Amino acid sequence: MLAKLKEQLLSGSAEEYLQGLFDRIEHSKLNAFNALARESAVSRAREFDRQLWGGALAGVPIAIKDGISTRGIETTCSSRILRGYIPPYDAHVIERLKAEGAIIMGKTNMDEFAMGTSTETSCFGPTRNPWDLDRVPGGSSGGSAAAVAGGEAPCALGSDTGGSVRCPASFCGVVGLKPTYGLVSRYGLISYANSLEQIGPLTTTVEDTALLLDVISGHDPRDTTSLEKDSYLNLEEGVCGLKIGVPDEYFGEGVDPLVEKSVWEAISRMEELGASWQKVSLPHTRYALASYYIIAMSEASSNLARFDGLRYGHREAEDQDWHTTFSEVRAAGFGKEVQRRVLLGTYALSAGYYGRYYLKALKVRTLIKEDFQRAFQEVDLIASPTMPFPAFKIGERIADPLTLYMADVFTVPINLAGVPAISLPCGFSQGLPIGLQLIASHFQERLMLRAALAYEEATPYHLQTPEVAA
Amino acid sequence: MTQKGDVIIGLEVHVQLNKLQSKLFCGCSTAYHNSPPNSHTCPVCLGLPGSLPVLNRKSVEYGLRVALALNCQVQQETYFYRKNYYYPDLPKGFQISQYDFPLAVGGSILIKGDDGERKIRITRVHMEEDPGRLVHAGTIDRAKYSMVDYNRCGMSLLEVVTEPDMRSPKEARAFLDKLRTILEYLDVFDGDLEGSMRVDSNISLAGGERAEVKNISSHKGVEKALSYEITRQRNMKRRGIRVIQETRHFDEARNITVSIRTKEEAHDYRYFPEPDLVPLRVADWVPEVAASLPELPDARRESFVSQYGMTDDHAKSLTSDIKVADFYEAVARESPPRLAAVWIADVLKGELNYRGLTIDRFSRQDMVTILEMLSSERIAEDGAVQVIRALLDQGGLPQDIVKARKLERAGDQAVMKAVQEAVAECSAALEDYRKGNERALNFIVGQVMKKTRGRASPTEAFRLVKEAVDRMDA
Repeated sequence: MLAKLKEQLLSGSAEEYLQGLFDRIEHSKLNAFNALARESAVSRAREFDRQLWGGALAGVPIAIKDGISTRGIETTCSSRILRGYIPPYDAHVIERLKAEGAIIMGKTNMDEFAMGTSTETSCFGPTRNPWDLDRVPGGSSGGSAAAVAGGEAPCALGSDTGGSVRCPASFCGVVGLKPTYGLVSRYGLISYANSLEQIGPLTTTVEDTALLLDVISGHDPRDTTSLEKDSYLNLEEGVCGLKIGVPDEYFGEGVDPLVEKSVWEAISRMEELGASWQKVSLPHTRYALASYYIIAMSEASSNLARFDGLRYGHREAEDQDWHTTFSEVRAAGFGKEVQRRVLLGTYALSAGYYGRYYLKALKVRTLIKEDFQRAFQEVDLIASPTMPFPAFKIGERIADPLTLYMADVFTVPINLAGVPAISLPCGFSQGLPIGLQLIASHFQERLMLRAALAYEEATPYHLQTPEVAA
Repeated sequence: MTQKGDVIIGLEVHVQLNKLQSKLFCGCSTAYHNSPPNSHTCPVCLGLPGSLPVLNRKSVEYGLRVALALNCQVQQETYFYRKNYYYPDLPKGFQISQYDFPLAVGGSILIKGDDGERKIRITRVHMEEDPGRLVHAGTIDRAKYSMVDYNRCGMSLLEVVTEPDMRSPKEARAFLDKLRTILEYLDVFDGDLEGSMRVDSNISLAGGERAEVKNISSHKGVEKALSYEITRQRNMKRRGIRVIQETRHFDEARNITVSIRTKEEAHDYRYFPEPDLVPLRVADWVPEVAASLPELPDARRESFVSQYGMTDDHAKSLTSDIKVADFYEAVARESPPRLAAVWIADVLKGELNYRGLTIDRFSRQDMVTILEMLSSERIAEDGAVQVIRALLDQGGLPQDIVKARKLERAGDQAVMKAVQEAVAECSAALEDYRKGNERALNFIVGQVMKKTRGRASPTEAFRLVKEAVDRMDA
């Protein structure tokens, strides 16, 4: 798709294309964007039309999750506490996109500070699913996924801490990839849980995801956890000869039967294409959610401590002594879910509880990582549903956080292990998209992408678009 | 007042590694001392959303130099932790510090104790970032508002923690002096810069709870605060009041300490490993850093004694400040080393101290010239002292000062004449001498010095007086 778009932009007008997107967004019911960089983007497009610069993403508009720092464009993480914050610097990934000729369109809606599975905790209100406006787009990168699925942006970046790229990709019927921890620099990504998260692409095809990943990945000296990359272009090797593992723990109870059926069909399809499959065991999966939420909340309680209104963002009308002022700013600026996670994380790190919760969660994390390492000695890839069910209704689950947390059961183990995973469309359940999750070993993105591409080429699901986008 | 041996003091010293070019986790310059507030900042040290720390490897190298000089065991792997607390000078809401697996543990240094040399054990040495600085509009309790300056934020700090091995405020001060000397020898620290060393001291009387007096920025302040604490705790003990474990603040203006929080109110810092920084295998760095260590004060002191034949006291005095030691060695290359030791350690250092000046203010060449005039007997000792004082107070050249002040040593003729006059005038002293009081001659020598206005050498004058008297009696 992007390859075709690039040709179209070269022969046609990038400005016209971009104006078309902006007009569409302005009349949209999706609420996918928090901020549009209309002026700067149009002027860049105009420049492109004159100069026709090169680059892997020459002239291509891209939507950016609002948790990624963009110089000169308000960056809020969909939180009241960051309203008015305009970063003085670009995230590493933004620098890379600009260097390859892309045009930043604007910032997309998300769960506040990426804490959620539905994009309902945003201070800007929920984003709607293009396939059914009464349903959630998934989260936390719901705005990015909805924008891409709804034809409001040709591609987007999200971030994935416990499934935040893959879940909305699955719910919106697009492709979303969570890279190996360390493959993409986090410099400029506003931290929620920094030991778990990565920035990842959301696009309509596997090829486009590969292209974006190729642009944003690689070592950045400003992120000491980042490492060197492979090339993710020219993925024609196919899926033939690959061994696919199917973990029992990711099927069965709690999984929508249609979801399960579609994923098994996908596995059969890959078998037809020359892959083989076998059962694998990931025995510690049932501890993953507890471990994930303790680690994520603990890190969040520390990462979000900097938001005190003193240097940027929300400030109450009247200053008191610093202690009172900080408390008031945080009470008024953070939404309920953020406050809940900060409180729980603070508790988990407290003296006397640290060993019982945080340290134990880290030990579980190691066990989960070992589960994957063992499995990948036998197989090349693991296949599973991305989400246990299709998109649910807005308001249906938000009142019950525990049920909502359970929805992440197949995505969080991947972040705990630090391995890469991709979600791609593999069917529909009553008109709602279903996502297939392919998981690979550390830094095996190339292998994962080539299997995904082979599957995509053999199936029609990625070609279907929701009515809203038609 | 002090019952010997019941005072127990341990120190936590925060040393700013201010000889580094850039901060601990970002590229900002460390030369902020004369800059406008908040002019040495970037997204990283301001803790802007999305910024990440990148470890300055030179900081680690400097930290290792200190750890090795303090005879510590460097860990195989070292980890950074987050210390979580809210304060306006802390832009991230946590300080990146170390907790388990600090840079180094288990060292020691020798200090001059109250009863001879004392070994002070070092518990640990760890790295952390400095917070910013609050500036209050007026005094802290009455300020209408405060301002924050983040220039200091992110500077490399080294925390040196001792065992409770000091037995008096004086020993605490001796430790700090020695530590500063070592740090300056290592060329990692400039103690003259404001806020470069800040001390938390723990003090208790045997059997009692300890109080922690926090954030004292001068060695003298530490000594005073600890002395006050001893009095306070002793008085409480005498009145039968239990000393409680608490944190206290030293009020420098009033010379007292005041309680800021008790043990019950102590912070829970919720330490956990910093996910944005990877563990560091520091053990691999040790051989290279160890090979680059300079000669340290104790070793240099010994080599001064053996190499230049000076007394241990002189060697100690000359090596307690690396700048003085370097000054001495430069002068000793061109002058008689023992004479240079006496004049620099006993005279020059005293005159500098008296004026609150450092050795940078005195030219090495001037010292060589003065010593040369002394050993060629062109000027007398008293004259040399006058030259040093004049150089410090008015400046100029030693030769010009000697001429202008007529400090040229008196010729033999003039001295002989003064001797004859003095002997003739001091018949009473002569009488005493003849009765066996050897000291009586000193009085006559004094008269000679007076008559020559100090231009005679006292030893020479003594010899001539004795000869004259003995000749009379012969």
